[in-house]
Amino acid sequence: MSSKNPAQPPPLSTRREGPGLGVHEIGPSTAEHTPAVRRIALVGNPNSGKTTLFNQLTGLRQKVGNYPGVTVERHEGSMVGCAGVRVIDLPGCYSLDPRSLDERVARDVLMGWHVKESAPDAVIVVVDASNLERNLFLATQVLELNLPTLIACNMIDVVEGRAESMDVAGLAAELGVPVVATAASTGRGIEALRTAVRRLRTESGAATPGSYPRSRGWAASGRFDEAVREIGAVLDEGEAFDPRVREAVARLLVSGPGTGDAEGGGVPMPARLRARIQQVRDVRGLGRDWNAVAEATEARYRWLGELVARVTSRSAAARASWSDRIDHWACHRVWGLVIFSGLMAVMFLSVFSWAEPAMAGIEALVRQLGAGARAVLGQGALADLLVDGVIAGVGNVVVFFPQICILFLFIALLEDSGYMARAAFVMDRVMAGAGLAGKSFIPLLSSFACAVPAIMATRTIESRRDRLTTILVAPLMSCSARLPVYLVLISALFGPSIWVRSLILFSMYGLGLATALGVAMVLKRTLLKGPTPMFLLELPPYRRPQVWGTLWQMWQRSKVFLVQAGSIILALSVVLWALAYFPRGLGRHGGDPGAQLRQSYLGRIGQVLEPAIAPLGFDWKIGIGLAASFAAREVFVSTMGVVYGVGDDVDEESLSLREKLIAARWPDGRKVFTPLVGISLMVFYVLACQCMSTLAVVRRETNSWRWPAFMFAYMTGLAYVGSLVVYQGGRALGWG
Amino acid sequence: MSDSGTTTLDRLPPGQSARVTAVSDVGHRATRLMEMGLLPGVAVRLTRLAPLGDPIDIQVRGYHLSLRAAEAKLVTVRRDEF
Repeated sequence: MSSKNPAQPPPLSTRREGPGLGVHEIGPSTAEHTPAVRRIALVGNPNSGKTTLFNQLTGLRQKVGNYPGVTVERHEGSMVGCAGVRVIDLPGCYSLDPRSLDERVARDVLMGWHVKESAPDAVIVVVDASNLERNLFLATQVLELNLPTLIACNMIDVVEGRAESMDVAGLAAELGVPVVATAASTGRGIEALRTAVRRLRTESGAATPGSYPRSRGWAASGRFDEAVREIGAVLDEGEAFDPRVREAVARLLVSGPGTGDAEGGGVPMPARLRARIQQVRDVRGLGRDWNAVAEATEARYRWLGELVARVTSRSAAARASWSDRIDHWACHRVWGLVIFSGLMAVMFLSVFSWAEPAMAGIEALVRQLGAGARAVLGQGALADLLVDGVIAGVGNVVVFFPQICILFLFIALLEDSGYMARAAFVMDRVMAGAGLAGKSFIPLLSSFACAVPAIMATRTIESRRDRLTTILVAPLMSCSARLPVYLVLISALFGPSIWVRSLILFSMYGLGLATALGVAMVLKRTLLKGPTPMFLLELPPYRRPQVWGTLWQMWQRSKVFLVQAGSIILALSVVLWALAYFPRGLGRHGGDPGAQLRQSYLGRIGQVLEPAIAPLGFDWKIGIGLAASFAAREVFVSTMGVVYGVGDDVDEESLSLREKLIAARWPDGRKVFTPLVGISLMVFYVLACQCMSTLAVVRRETNSWRWPAFMFAYMTGLAYVGSLVVYQGGRALGWG
Repeated sequence: MSDSGTTTLDRLPPGQSARVTAVSDVGHRATRLMEMGLLPGVAVRLTRLAPLGDPIDIQVRGYHLSLRAAEAKLVTVRRDEF
């Protein structure tokens, strides 16, 4: 690497503030005195193997979180073998001109604009050697940021497998930065990369406008350079932006979106400056008759095309790789859909049934713990709080763990192998029609098992609006917790015929699905209206999934769920327990749990609700059940058991509960549970938002209370109207 | 619309190779296509359509890119003669 003025430090205006920086020159005598790199960022295209490289560099010393204020994952770790060096894995991006939130975060961090994340000291650009031109496009942009840069030319094994060759030294010479050939999946080249990092020293940036950074081999027209110089001068005058990136920003303002607002991905800057820059742009016709974006992009790719031709030998003829051969089936008109359905069925079954033993195990463990605690603490309110409130509450949270782990593992396998892109490709047409993304399919399907992991799984959806829509409609897909409710009502009220019972059960599922699609369409047209994001999806070659790294990240994400959503669920569990527990024993002593429940706060809530829910055909005891369902929908069954004096460990099979339900009467002698009321109640359960865990997860995934509140409101409204229409409509038609 | 084999990307039959002649400059969508490598002069090949007809899968610069017909319409190409 060359140095600028070795004899003198650069003038003050171009010096960067911050720890660990300084002027340097290459030479053994000064190397030990120069501060080393502290924070290094990984940047690269999606599918370039960046994550695998990150895992290799950091081992298991990683932390997963979020960038503050946005639901973009943040991965940081400490580098093995390089003491004190932290590695940040930035979101994958195709260009520093951002088209998505992920790309905007990457750009902001590299520029030093991110509010909470300062610019890294150095950067490693991960490049897919089997796909050089497009990957190097990003590299050319990153090189212009004047950070000490390394290039990791990854997937070198793929290139060699194709009997092609790569002149790594030649590439380094052309780009002006060290290039290390790596194959992250096998660990090859990692040690060389670590050595290169150790050798990196921070440089002071060369930031006078008009000087060419070391990398710039592409040349645009004369007028392009003039425009960059002029805007650069304006930025210099206004002392805007770190001198290191000033020229890159000037170039962005010429060839990028210009002075669009920061929200839309434009460059953040004060209004006065924005006006001046816009003036310059207008005078030069930028964004009007001069398409500088196209010019710059074409110039970069022209240079890259020649460069790649110089450093690689590639067979000109396109050969059908085995990946293409798999795709012949995976994307086949008929077989593609068959394969997709098969994989979805396996995934669904695995979440639905394979998690069962683990969940049962957890529930048994919780009960043991509760029994143990009670043995120690005896009777009394504190014991009850601890056992029925806290321990049961924690149990409510941990019981989701198996399902989350299995679903995430499955999704990670699909993503890592490359199949997920094919799934999105195949399903896009169907989902787009309903206002959803191709990648919405998996979260929606898994919502039939449980919406909690499904909502977490929406992270794979790039478009914010599509993701939000998917999150908001996922709970409408009838989850497994509703099943006991359906079953107890159907078996009590609809006769023995298995055809009738199945038909009704199916209709409830169908209602949920239809409503979800309908609501998605409405949302896309109203609240979440906006331009359809472009569908541009790379179909990467199929690869063997890196299971170890995937498992680790799955574990990290689940931990985040436990802590953040878990704390909300626990808190609400305790509150619900308290509502059913207090006030204690007015008039009776511990004898009849039914009576206790009836006169508790929860019971009073039921009674208060009765006038509101009577038009739906529900009485106050059902009201208690509805309120208790807030903890979890299946709690309805055990609550009904308690309310009707059958005991709280009943389930939907219980004959005695069924008899009680059938025998229930209003004060005036009418039956409470008629078939019509059964339907009305089931419709309510299809549509209502009753699961506090779902709300907790939505809060976590959207980073605000606004969306869970909205979800609760619209679903409750839908449920009320739905039940009302069903009950009153049915009465009107004489089916009372 | 075929003068000397010029057409738009969405109209290529599966398996057809072609060369890009122009990308219509309609705002950010065209920019994105260009950043992904779809530029005048580059060779493309339409590999297949999705089972339901849309999106399409093309090969460009050594990788597979899928995009909707609506956006593929922005790219003008000239078919390769055999």
